[in-house]
Amino acid sequence: MTAPSPAPHKMSARDVSVFYGDNHAVRGVSIDIDMDKVTAFIGPSGCGKSTFLRTFNRMNDTIASARVTGEITLDGEDIYSPNMDVVQLRARVGMVFQKPNPFPKSIFENVAYGPRIHGLASSKTDLEGIVERSLKRAGLWEEVKDRLSDSGTALSGGQQQRLCIARAIAVDPEVILMDEPASALDPIATAKIEELIHELRGRYAIVIVTHNMQQAARVSQRTAFFHLGHLVEYGETDNLFTAPREERTKDYITGRYG
Amino acid sequence: MNPFALSFLILGLGLIGWLTARARALRFDRGGAKRLHSLPAQHGWFVAMWTMLPPLLFLVVWSAVTPGLVRQTVLQSPAAAGLSDFAFERDSVLAQAREVARNPFDTEADPLARKLAPVVRDARSRYAWTGAIAAILLAFAGAVFALSRIRADFRARSKVERTLMMGLLVASLIAILTTLGIFASLFWESTRFFGQVPITQFLFGTHWSPQVIDAKNPGASLGAVPLFWGTFFIGAVIAMLVAIPFGLMSAVYLTQYASATTRRWMKPTLEMLAGVPTVVYGYFAALTVAPAVRKLAVALGDQFASSESALAAGLVMGVMIIPFVSSMADDSLAAVPSSMRDGSLAMGATTSETISRVLIPAALPGVVAGVLLAVSRAIGETMIVVMAASGAATITLNPLQSATTVTKQIVDLLTGEAEFDSPKTLAAFALGLTLFVITLLLNIVALRVVKRYREAYD
Ligand SMILES: Nc1ncnc2c1ncn2[C@@H]1O[C@H](COP(=O)(O)OP(=O)(O)OP(=O)(O)O)[C@@H](O)[C@H]1O
Ligand SMILES: [Mg+2]
Repeated sequence: MTAPSPAPHKMSARDVSVFYGDNHAVRGVSIDIDMDKVTAFIGPSGCGKSTFLRTFNRMNDTIASARVTGEITLDGEDIYSPNMDVVQLRARVGMVFQKPNPFPKSIFENVAYGPRIHGLASSKTDLEGIVERSLKRAGLWEEVKDRLSDSGTALSGGQQQRLCIARAIAVDPEVILMDEPASALDPIATAKIEELIHELRGRYAIVIVTHNMQQAARVSQRTAFFHLGHLVEYGETDNLFTAPREERTKDYITGRYG
Repeated sequence: MNPFALSFLILGLGLIGWLTARARALRFDRGGAKRLHSLPAQHGWFVAMWTMLPPLLFLVVWSAVTPGLVRQTVLQSPAAAGLSDFAFERDSVLAQAREVARNPFDTEADPLARKLAPVVRDARSRYAWTGAIAAILLAFAGAVFALSRIRADFRARSKVERTLMMGLLVASLIAILTTLGIFASLFWESTRFFGQVPITQFLFGTHWSPQVIDAKNPGASLGAVPLFWGTFFIGAVIAMLVAIPFGLMSAVYLTQYASATTRRWMKPTLEMLAGVPTVVYGYFAALTVAPAVRKLAVALGDQFASSESALAAGLVMGVMIIPFVSSMADDSLAAVPSSMRDGSLAMGATTSETISRVLIPAALPGVVAGVLLAVSRAIGETMIVVMAASGAATITLNPLQSATTVTKQIVDLLTGEAEFDSPKTLAAFALGLTLFVITLLLNIVALRVVKRYREAYD
């Protein structure tokens, strides 16, 4: 299934399968991710959304039993080729997790973590500038600017998640992967995250996994529906929700099963 | 009657009680309209307990009061008329009489004692028989009482449970009471010591030579600072320089790099180090490591290097406590949520960056607690220092020189001819008390740290 846009794609997956031992979790999925767009992955629990998402920054490498086949490219370059440096890849393709996972360090150190390990800041002022910019972009600056040395784990859940987003964008990635970033948050914090995704769009290619179809409809321009490891349907979000081509998609978005 | 025979007899009665009670309960079970409340065997236990516990408890009490009763009887016998009025002499003769009663061929005893011996023997056997008969009567009385209570609806189960619970409670109290008793006796002997030697002289004095004690000013040669220093230097510095890096590194390897199979055999093997008897480490320290260290010292230019060095003892002690540090570090690393690790890896950090910048800082409280526990173990360790460290109480920073520890000095003070209330012997108790308090504090702090840390991740 190819994407509607003819322009060169930021990331492309071709016939990607993921196995956990004998469990064939993702089955021959092909998809294109573009800059300036938010792509949503939806589908019932256990259909392989997270697993597929993690192939884009090779986080499945950290699971001993996981095996990936097929091809995924970033700007046309195969990310699973031996020439690809995982450290570089993950600096270009950042990730935000379902449960906020700030490090048990200060707010400042959380955001400075990436720039430090990738050597992005040449001086202390430089680093401070990066931290401030990232926190501003993540919409957290006003709330924490007076207590940057407090522990990141002392923030509220929603603040923690925005801190994790700030941490991810501090290394200036090109793609941001978000796995149900708002599912552990209350409606107000969720609204803030969605607003933030709107603002980040255009600067990054964003892929978001969500269980919440209203959320997918609100934040994304493209939606992919997965079922039992297959990519069932992929298209413009408006079309997919108003006129799904596949029966299974229709059943899912009308809440017939889930 | 021989106490063993008596105990067996009571156990036998208990068995008979058990069987009878079970048989009775079974009869209720078959014939009765009502269902039995408890299992037949529980009725059996109920009766067996009533049969055995009262006489056994009675015998324990009886054996404690018997010597007093025997003494009373002997003093009132006509043969005791010749006894001296002086308590000291009287007690000595009585003690000899008790000896002769046990062994009639002891011909060197005092003649009066020999005359009293048969009286002692008679009184003893009389009280023994009285006790035995009373115990057996008690057993029967208990059995009859318990058997009479057996009914279909009798709640034997809860009675048995309650008795068992009491037994377990007593057992656990015994450990606690023993600790308290040890502490009390240490404390008592130490106050006697501090009655003779000012506590400040002991705690802050820098001269330790218990072999030559000036009777007028015993504290002058009982300054424990060299021992504290030696203990600290060997147990908390040298040993930790070995144990912390190796323990931490093996924990990091086991939790972050090792495959499941490697971990499965390597972790138990490492933990087995903790089970090696310390005397084996002592051999190793004295026979292998100490000579090697001495050779090193000679090579470095010290012709008169002693074969006993702080370094040898400390190195081996460090190896001994690697498993403590590593298993505490292992636990606390494993307790860091895996989302931390994923978060760091997803930022493009390498595994080693993730470990040093995220995992170890997050696990630090647990690691610190492990180190504190290890230190408390190291400073209480005796065998290695007894075998590999010398008795020379010097304050030195040179690991190739000999040093001594609190534990080693306690052993030295208490072995050899010891007068029980000389400052020299009593100093051992003061040292023991100091060690006890320090290890206790270390343990309390460590447990607090661990507890706080557990709460942080729940
Ligand atoms: N670490 C793992 N090891 C083994 N199997 C896994 C692992 N993670 C996921 N799986 C399996 O892969 C399949 C897809 O899981 P995945 O987490 O990708 O689903 P999901 O669509 O994200 O579900 P959810 O919406 O509940 O998050 C499931 O069958 C799951 O059991
Ligand atoms: Mg998921």
